[in-house]
Amino acid sequence: MIALLLRDLRLAIRAGGGFGLGLAFFLIVVVLVPFAVGPEAGLLSSIAPGILWLGALLACLLSLDRIFALDWEDGSLDLLAVSPLPMEAVVSVKALAHWLTTGVPLVLATPLIAVLLNLPGEGFRSLILSLALGTPALSVIGTFGAALTVGIKRGGLLLSLLVLPLYVPTLIFGAEVARRGLSGQDTSTPLLLLAGITCGAIALLPFASAAVLRVNLR
Amino acid sequence: MLKVSDLQIARGGVPVLQGVSFEVSSGQALVVRGPNGIGKTTLLRTIAGLQPALDGAVDVDPDDLAYVGHADGIKSTLSVTENLTFWAQVFGQSDISPALQTYQLEGLADRPAGLLSAGQKRRLGLARLLVTGRNLWILDEPTVSLDTNAVEMFSACIRSHLAGGGKALLATHIDLGLEDAKELDLSPFKAKPMSVNAFDEAFL
Repeated sequence: MIALLLRDLRLAIRAGGGFGLGLAFFLIVVVLVPFAVGPEAGLLSSIAPGILWLGALLACLLSLDRIFALDWEDGSLDLLAVSPLPMEAVVSVKALAHWLTTGVPLVLATPLIAVLLNLPGEGFRSLILSLALGTPALSVIGTFGAALTVGIKRGGLLLSLLVLPLYVPTLIFGAEVARRGLSGQDTSTPLLLLAGITCGAIALLPFASAAVLRVNLR
Repeated sequence: MLKVSDLQIARGGVPVLQGVSFEVSSGQALVVRGPNGIGKTTLLRTIAGLQPALDGAVDVDPDDLAYVGHADGIKSTLSVTENLTFWAQVFGQSDISPALQTYQLEGLADRPAGLLSAGQKRRLGLARLLVTGRNLWILDEPTVSLDTNAVEMFSACIRSHLAGGGKALLATHIDLGLEDAKELDLSPFKAKPMSVNAFDEAFL
């Protein structure tokens, strides 16, 4: 399993691996928003948590179809299915690799670029906490969507349509944590719900992803 | 021991073969033959456990087989060594040098797999079998894009695998020079047209 994780990370950072894709998209969205809505500091700081969460979610979505598509094209997925690794482990490792190459850089970049949206100092902690808790759920749910659409040529549109509704609860509670943190309210309720969504997704979805992948490989 | 009894398989929901039965025991190779579209690949994928059979039984230990399909599963940005080492680790092995040696890949070991020729890629795909440590090899058209020299390498590799008590199931159109390999022609097992047609005839 560690071999598969290392291979996926290595592939991601080599040429054509798409490591910077999500991060670059995130940066572009956040840099362009102040130009689009105007330089009004109060407005920017009040919409900052929502914009950052939306940017992170779309950046995650952008790189989902690569999770299984490349392995399916070159036949590796068939070979992995016949290998000693259980399919559940393969999809879990794939989701982890996606989170490490997409989610973690987004979380790390957030404190730097939140400044561009004039996010007040007291909002940083809850924003970063909510992203760190919520992005694993985005990767695991996205892996399920990628497993559903593997083998479909240009399946990106279908993948987005399938995955976006499943992302909504994570977005609602994640952005709510960040918004409450910004206005100095108690964040524990949405934080617990967000953590619950993430834990539930990590616990249950790998089994669903493995099942649909087996059907898709037929 | 691989035992297939009265197997019926389908491709895309349409039955292609029925009543297929054979056995492969240690040290034996079975070469599956038949025209294009008869269902050789489907048969091998069913035995490898990648798709379910419509009917009949496949008696095989899924933890003792290695499968080579039409695609080699090679990552073009990883080097030859990295590709092989990955599969060796997945199968719990560590030594890849015999595999490199058998298919004469030592000189290419540090080259990115994307820069290999089609035949060299195929050799790398076949070398993967040697790092699996598995006993039953299931090979689908293993000699595609190999030159005569590489085909000789491949059949020597199969012979030594069989001499060591291994088993092989191959679908191929060429003669590999395996002396005591059994052959199975799939043409007689072609599935009969769906019974739905027979049902319709009664009303005509």
